[in-house]
Amino acid sequence: MNLVFDPAWLPRLGQGVSLTMQLTVYCMGLGAALGAALGLVRVYGGGRWSPLYWLASVYIHFFRGTPLLVQLLGIYLGLPTVGILVGPFLAGLLAMTLNTAAYQAEYFRGAIQSVKSGQMMAARAVGMTRTQAIRHVIMPQALRLIIPPWSNELIYMLKYSSIVSMTALRPETMDLFGTARSIATRNFRYFEVYILVALFYLAMVLILTVALRWVERRVRIPGLGTPSRGV
Amino acid sequence: MALLRVEDLHKRYGHEEVLKGVTLAQDAGETKVVIGPSGTGKSTLLRCINRLTEPDRGRVWLEDTEITSRQTDINRVRAKIGFVFQDFNLFTHLTALDNVRLGLVRVRRMPRAAATGRAMAELERVGLAAKADAYPAQLSGGQQQRVSIARALAMDPRLILFDEPTSALDPELIGEVLSVMIQLARDGMTMIVVTHEMGFARSVADEIVFMEGGVIVEQGPPDKMFRSPEVPRTGEFLRKISELYGESQ
Repeated sequence: MNLVFDPAWLPRLGQGVSLTMQLTVYCMGLGAALGAALGLVRVYGGGRWSPLYWLASVYIHFFRGTPLLVQLLGIYLGLPTVGILVGPFLAGLLAMTLNTAAYQAEYFRGAIQSVKSGQMMAARAVGMTRTQAIRHVIMPQALRLIIPPWSNELIYMLKYSSIVSMTALRPETMDLFGTARSIATRNFRYFEVYILVALFYLAMVLILTVALRWVERRVRIPGLGTPSRGV
Repeated sequence: MALLRVEDLHKRYGHEEVLKGVTLAQDAGETKVVIGPSGTGKSTLLRCINRLTEPDRGRVWLEDTEITSRQTDINRVRAKIGFVFQDFNLFTHLTALDNVRLGLVRVRRMPRAAATGRAMAELERVGLAAKADAYPAQLSGGQQQRVSIARALAMDPRLILFDEPTSALDPELIGEVLSVMIQLARDGMTMIVVTHEMGFARSVADEIVFMEGGVIVEQGPPDKMFRSPEVPRTGEFLRKISELYGESQ
């Protein structure tokens, strides 16, 4: 077998990497903000029968229960029919944000509920309001618990961002996968290009994983969760 | 006028009525020890006093503020009532110093430097100034409970409620917590203590309250309660508990 790699592909693939990274970082950041809000509503939003709880639940079930691809096409092709024009990048970012927020909401809910109930009680007992207790006592602990599932989600979204290649037609709006496909269709070097792209994704995932592990160690509470080796 | 008045407090969980009308009064500087078999509403009583648990019926006053009134800002009241939990409930993500300082900064809005000074002074008082930078998970149970007492003290409480403060501790760690509490009682702190430590009750309580089945069966000064209780059941319980827990202090 004769594999041919052309260094001329690299600048374009580099652009694709940059776009993929932007999509991932933005959607994860915005998704975390929205997800945290939804998770808080699910825990503290006044119980099962409050309108807020109900809205958050419907949102979460809808965006977790339908394919990301459908959501993306719905936004990209559907919004213009009601007069809202969105480009491929914005449509991709919006779909990914709305989707990951639904998943992250559940991670936040789980993390918040894992904080012992005595923590809230002790905070209220010194006279903190519920909002203060959530902000200064519950969330700092919940955010530490959320790092492992969150890094999982980050990796998923990094790879799922390749679906924006469904809507991107021009080179400057193409993510890594879309760029690769357009290079390959021109020179028929599918195998080589996709091997290269797989390695690029792998490298990005490894870098993010290491970075998050570092963050996790940095914010670890001394004396808690010390790894027990060899047991 | 009494510092704290509790009037006809009722609390029901499902079908079980845990408090069936509890009335008591507590003067400033007084130490009351509440004893009784488990499940008789002692902890519920403490939690209803600062409304960590919402009572179904009855009233509670701290001086002339009715705690149970809807118009009362409960957070302001709670800031004046210290609460020490059986399992400490220190904020796990904060150092000992930050645990004590958090309420000063966030609730009392004290400037950071002043709050730090005050928090250090309280840690000093419970003998843990050297552990200011330690996290709860790095402290023994006894040390954690002393930090939680410092956390309560820092708020300048009018009253501190202790909910079985030594029940979660290994026997050899009980003494260090009790000696802090004894010192507090001698310094004139107003305290209500739910405990099985009869030695503590005998040596510092101004009054012992015996609860059973959601009501106060009998209350009185320790001498009388131990020597000549009016209700036979009180004497029986006191004898049993003294055998079980000894009189370590």
